Amino acid sequence: MAIQSSFKNMTLCLFSVCLICSALLAVVYAVTAEPIEAAAQAKTNNSIAAVVPSFDGTPEKAEIEVGGKKYNYYAVSKDGHPVGYAIESSAVGFSGPVVIMVGITAEGVIYNTSVLSQSETPGLGAKCVEPDFADQFKNLDPAVKVLKVEKDGGDIEAITASTITSRAYCAAVETAMNVYRSIVAKPDAAAVPEAAPAAETAPASADEDSNQ
Amino acid sequence: MGKFQLITKGLVKENPTFVLLLGMCPTLATTTSAINGMSMGLATMFVLVLSNMAISAVAPVVPDKVRIPAYIVIIATFVTVLQFLMQAYTPAIYETLGLFIPLIVVNCIVLGRAEAFANKNSVVDSACDGLGIGLGFTVSLTILGTVREILGSGSVFGWKFISGDGILAFVLAPGAFLVLAYLIVLFRKITAKK
Repeated sequence: MAIQSSFKNMTLCLFSVCLICSALLAVVYAVTAEPIEAAAQAKTNNSIAAVVPSFDGTPEKAEIEVGGKKYNYYAVSKDGHPVGYAIESSAVGFSGPVVIMVGITAEGVIYNTSVLSQSETPGLGAKCVEPDFADQFKNLDPAVKVLKVEKDGGDIEAITASTITSRAYCAAVETAMNVYRSIVAKPDAAAVPEAAPAAETAPASADEDSNQ
Repeated sequence: MGKFQLITKGLVKENPTFVLLLGMCPTLATTTSAINGMSMGLATMFVLVLSNMAISAVAPVVPDKVRIPAYIVIIATFVTVLQFLMQAYTPAIYETLGLFIPLIVVNCIVLGRAEAFANKNSVVDSACDGLGIGLGFTVSLTILGTVREILGSGSVFGWKFISGDGILAFVLAPGAFLVLAYLIVLFRKITAKK
């Protein structure tokens, strides 16, 4: 049925198959690159809009290093005044990282949170996306309430049978708070920071340790 | 075999899920809800039809000893095309199915049809075969997903008919095995009568 399996035939065949396939992929990539970018952008923008008070203009993306780890955050402002920050943060849950967007107002109060990605058990840990759990973080003032599950002496009611996920969610919000403190500790908060000075982040994290 | 029979045999006589028991990994893992099962089935059908056509077209000029690598490259190409398209136009479904989209490359159904059918038949027949098997897979996964969603979450295609949770085990892995087993029994029972 097929042609002879000589070395020349095999090489030629595989070479041409790969060549045609990569050409096809290059074309499809070029066509879809823009919509993929737009879809990712729309998703980020939606999650930012969900966690911070209303703002105008486009959120500026910036990066900050806290405790040796880089975090993405978006500063939003209205009528020239900063209204808050949307900070991407993550913690390890029951079956992988729980990545959330935490919105913190300029006054240091958590405005809202939203889950960007998680792979927790459906029906158990995956409930962290539902308002029953996530709404506990709405308008939460970290100065008044402790960002820990009740089992650990905090003020957050954990999801039934999913303490690990609930802890991860609290830890991620806590991390975002630390990032926020580092951002506001800088003289020019909106500017893209090169590296967070260790001295400014140290007291914040020391406070957290004493809470534990 | 007529074109119509080529399409319908995938639905009943050679149903990939209930008769051939192929592609069990995505079958068990992605059918947590009806919509997920259906999306996975349609994604596989897309790859199956295109790869069947391409493979039956190139089969005469592919030397026997390198046919498997050649087929895999072709299949992988179509899967990547599908991945790009889904990322661009249906990002929500792409995220739910996640890892299982790239895994279509190693789905036994796709390579199985290439080896068993596409490389010995015409392009049109291969397209019909791919369509038939793909439809069979889609229908099976949708049924499986629907049953698991009804029992596990109390909803159908996202429309909730009871408040609160269903029987959680059916959304998790053990439920997938249980529902699949009972559906196979049911399928055998119905087809045996014919």
